[in-house]
Amino acid sequence: MREFGYQRVFDVPDALAFGADPEARYLGGGTNLVDLMKTGVDRPALLVDVRELPLDRIEATDSGGLRIGATVTNSDLAAHPEVRRRYPALAQAVLAGASGQLRNMATVGGNLLQRTRCGYFTDSSQPCNKRIPGSGCPAIKGEHRNHAILGASEHCVAVHPSDMSVALAAFDAVVHYETADGPGELPLAEFYLPVGDTPHLETALPSGALITGITLPPAPVAADSRYRKVRERASYAFAIGSVAAALDVRDGAVREVRLAFGAVASRPWRAREAERVLTGGPATPHAFADAADTELAAAEVLPHNRYKVALVRNLVVAMLTELAEEAAR
Amino acid sequence: MAHSTAGVITLTVNGEKHTLPVDHRTTLLDALRERLDLTGTKKGCDLGQCGACTVLLDGRRAVSCLQLAVAAEGREITTIEGVSDGERLHPVQQAFLDLDGYQCGYCTPGQICSAIAVIEEHAAGWPSAATADVRPEAGPPPLTADEIRERMSGNLCRCGAYVSIVQAVAQAADAEGAA
Repeated sequence: MREFGYQRVFDVPDALAFGADPEARYLGGGTNLVDLMKTGVDRPALLVDVRELPLDRIEATDSGGLRIGATVTNSDLAAHPEVRRRYPALAQAVLAGASGQLRNMATVGGNLLQRTRCGYFTDSSQPCNKRIPGSGCPAIKGEHRNHAILGASEHCVAVHPSDMSVALAAFDAVVHYETADGPGELPLAEFYLPVGDTPHLETALPSGALITGITLPPAPVAADSRYRKVRERASYAFAIGSVAAALDVRDGAVREVRLAFGAVASRPWRAREAERVLTGGPATPHAFADAADTELAAAEVLPHNRYKVALVRNLVVAMLTELAEEAAR
Repeated sequence: MAHSTAGVITLTVNGEKHTLPVDHRTTLLDALRERLDLTGTKKGCDLGQCGACTVLLDGRRAVSCLQLAVAAEGREITTIEGVSDGERLHPVQQAFLDLDGYQCGYCTPGQICSAIAVIEEHAAGWPSAATADVRPEAGPPPLTADEIRERMSGNLCRCGAYVSIVQAVAQAADAEGAA
């Protein structure tokens, strides 16, 4: 591991002053960053420890949503009564990720910024366009069982590993940040950049920006939401496919639906095409399947990740069918 | 700008303060084992994947291999050496003994530290991925074997002592609930 400086900060201006160094990284729980430093994938010269910034609260907003501070731990997010009541899929998504130990350490800000677990990205002896731009993507002809089927490019087919972000995408979360030039915000839909030919550029955050929190707009439909994650063992593994779903049905018709997919793209995949074709139509398994097919028509599969299309389709149909049946009771 | 890559820190471990110089790259795990001779905490994968190095930070379980020592300054660190009340074992330790919740014993300190926290998290009403309905109105889930397995999934046991570990955690939870 490269030697590095360490600076603990207690207010945002200090964090930004130290974070302006292009070789600095903000340190939250360290559950991903320290790991990447040990394996030589990331080599910062300075760690700016932001855990003691006053950004550890979850508060109701005036409009009826929630504001979640960037240093709130995954554990506290998932245990919070208002998160569990208003956005149960978000609590479920966070609980589906990592282990109890890691959720106690990991923060919301760090969760948004975690890096892909693609085996070529995390192995610094391998080429990887995300790690070394222009070096190539061995995954496309190599091990890509858990790689992207949507929105990828010939330069990178890695998936974003966060469960939390999938639920945030379904609920139109907004990411708030601070820079030396003042605050800014990005809707989650614009937070992660398209892959294109620049897979090393992952977010639209300005250089040196510090994520300060997330807001969730009010979403009554989210009260009837859930997150389901498929993985290769029962617990403590990354997703091979996941879905966050929320459904509001009246008289057999879909009034509102939210769908986002995980482990299928370089970012959480909001399924807007599926939502569009469902809204106003019948809440039947047939319609749910048609909607999933519409969204997944854009899928571009590789030899070993073709299974994800059926996996996600089946998840969508099962989850929306369950939600519709519960609404009918 | 050149940054200082080492410093003198004070760690509070099992209620005792220890002042030591550290290279910033030192993990809490290595500081405990190599510098403070607290070798009860074990190094397994050293990448946050096995749970052998689990300790309690401010009462919450964490993997000490991904925790930088310098970033643990100011926090209450509890290791397996600090969980008993003198010679009287912690109920979780006693339950692991009573029910043979181990074979080789290498993962056991991490299992016990994790289980202590699992019982507290459950008592605080935290749901888990095994909880059918996470909404607060559904009430706290009973600590079933499925709940214990899910909540302990960050602690691997290569000997496969899981059956006894689940029983030990259940017994300790019952004992503490009755106390």
